[in-house]
Amino acid sequence: MSNTTSDIIVDATPEAKAAFFSELQTYVGLEIGAPTPAPDEINAPMIRHLVEAVGDKNPVYTNVDVANKSIHGGIVAPPTMLQAWVMNGIDGPTRSGDGPYEKMNQLLFSRGFTSVVGTNSEQTYVRYLRPGDQLTMRTVIDSISDEKTTGLGTGHFVSTRQDYYDAQNELVGSMLFRIFRFQPKAKAPATKAKALRPRPATTHDNQWYFDGVNDGILYAQACADCGEVRFPTGPMCPTCHSLKWDKVEMPLTGTIHSFVIAHYPQVPSFDYPLPVLLVDIDPSVSHAGKPGNNKVRMIMNSADTDLDALVVGARVRIEIRATDPDMKLPFAILDSTSNTGAAS
Amino acid sequence: MTTLPDTRSFATVAIGDELTPLDLPITRTLIVSTAIATRDYQVVHHDPSIAAERGSQDIIMNILTSNAFVGRFVTDWTGPNSFIRSVKVRLGAPNYPGDTMVITGSVTAKDDVNKVVTVAVKGSNSMGDHMNATVEVILP
Repeated sequence: MSNTTSDIIVDATPEAKAAFFSELQTYVGLEIGAPTPAPDEINAPMIRHLVEAVGDKNPVYTNVDVANKSIHGGIVAPPTMLQAWVMNGIDGPTRSGDGPYEKMNQLLFSRGFTSVVGTNSEQTYVRYLRPGDQLTMRTVIDSISDEKTTGLGTGHFVSTRQDYYDAQNELVGSMLFRIFRFQPKAKAPATKAKALRPRPATTHDNQWYFDGVNDGILYAQACADCGEVRFPTGPMCPTCHSLKWDKVEMPLTGTIHSFVIAHYPQVPSFDYPLPVLLVDIDPSVSHAGKPGNNKVRMIMNSADTDLDALVVGARVRIEIRATDPDMKLPFAILDSTSNTGAAS
Repeated sequence: MTTLPDTRSFATVAIGDELTPLDLPITRTLIVSTAIATRDYQVVHHDPSIAAERGSQDIIMNILTSNAFVGRFVTDWTGPNSFIRSVKVRLGAPNYPGDTMVITGSVTAKDDVNKVVTVAVKGSNSMGDHMNATVEVILP
């Protein structure tokens, strides 16, 4: 159903609302159009298709010999199949577009109640239908509620009653069908707090590095015996196997060794596109000339940086920033002054 | 099968009796085949991309099929010589492919005069109640 939201009539006053509701009520009790004949008589193939699809093994629907011995005296249609016999099929409704039901809907649409959801289906059966029965349905608008607000939005419950008659014009079953015609409530703005970045997995051997970051200092590690500088942190010097070590304060400058920009998969705690950089940290002053001092390489995100300007070999400065109240991390910021022309 | 299976008798049923639960995997095949078998060609019951355009996360089971499962669930329990008098369904969370609907039920009332048993049926999926139904069935 097409309806633009620009031409919605707003009933601003209680009087206007009451007038609208009174107009709605004029449709209650009206038959929505000419009686609808079922396109096919009740038949065994359509019964079998449905009971197969729902896995219903009740033999009175498909097995003539057994059904003959039952209280039903022969094959019957599942009672809940009542509505299926009069469905429109693939070509949709055949009713003309100006019947009472359509006019009632236009009235509801004019107030913005354009969405629909089925809420209740209440079927009662006078008798089970059997192959050869010719069904005709008559539909009456049974009731229209006053304005209600549910979790979906604000609108009106509309109940129709469908009465089903056989070829002798005897009532065989009825269905009360209730829908909610509503204006969807505006989506609440996203107020959900952004997910926090995952915490680092800290151990005895790296907690001190993160403690340093928290204090605004970028540390690498150096062997206390041979002086080799290493990163990431670990308990033993890979060269002389000494377990003694010192903290090495690193300068907050470096060079992009490599980088990648992640687009997918997106994790809620990060902003995308997400630059991930390998940064060669400049050598420390305290360990000048020691092995490894010029090989400290750290992984970090960039910040305040035009991603198109990222290039291998570019100079960065490193800032330690809080990502949330409980965590700080180093970020690389492209040093625009010393990289003029580097990205071209 | 040539013999009529047994039917539960009214006398043996007590208020509080539980029906045999049914775990129903909601597959695309189930949603589409039941929609077509009930002549329901609404696109939300067979076309995932159009369903998504209309704000549904996927195709959904149609109401006629929910009704059919209520009927099957009750007659699976009663046997064939029963007569369902009414099926009243209140609809809730949709049945999407990949979910499982667990159907449970219990006897809530007995009408000794008319031999009518009232059964409360609930179909629950991962999002909550898909349906709550009340069924009146006449037993021998």
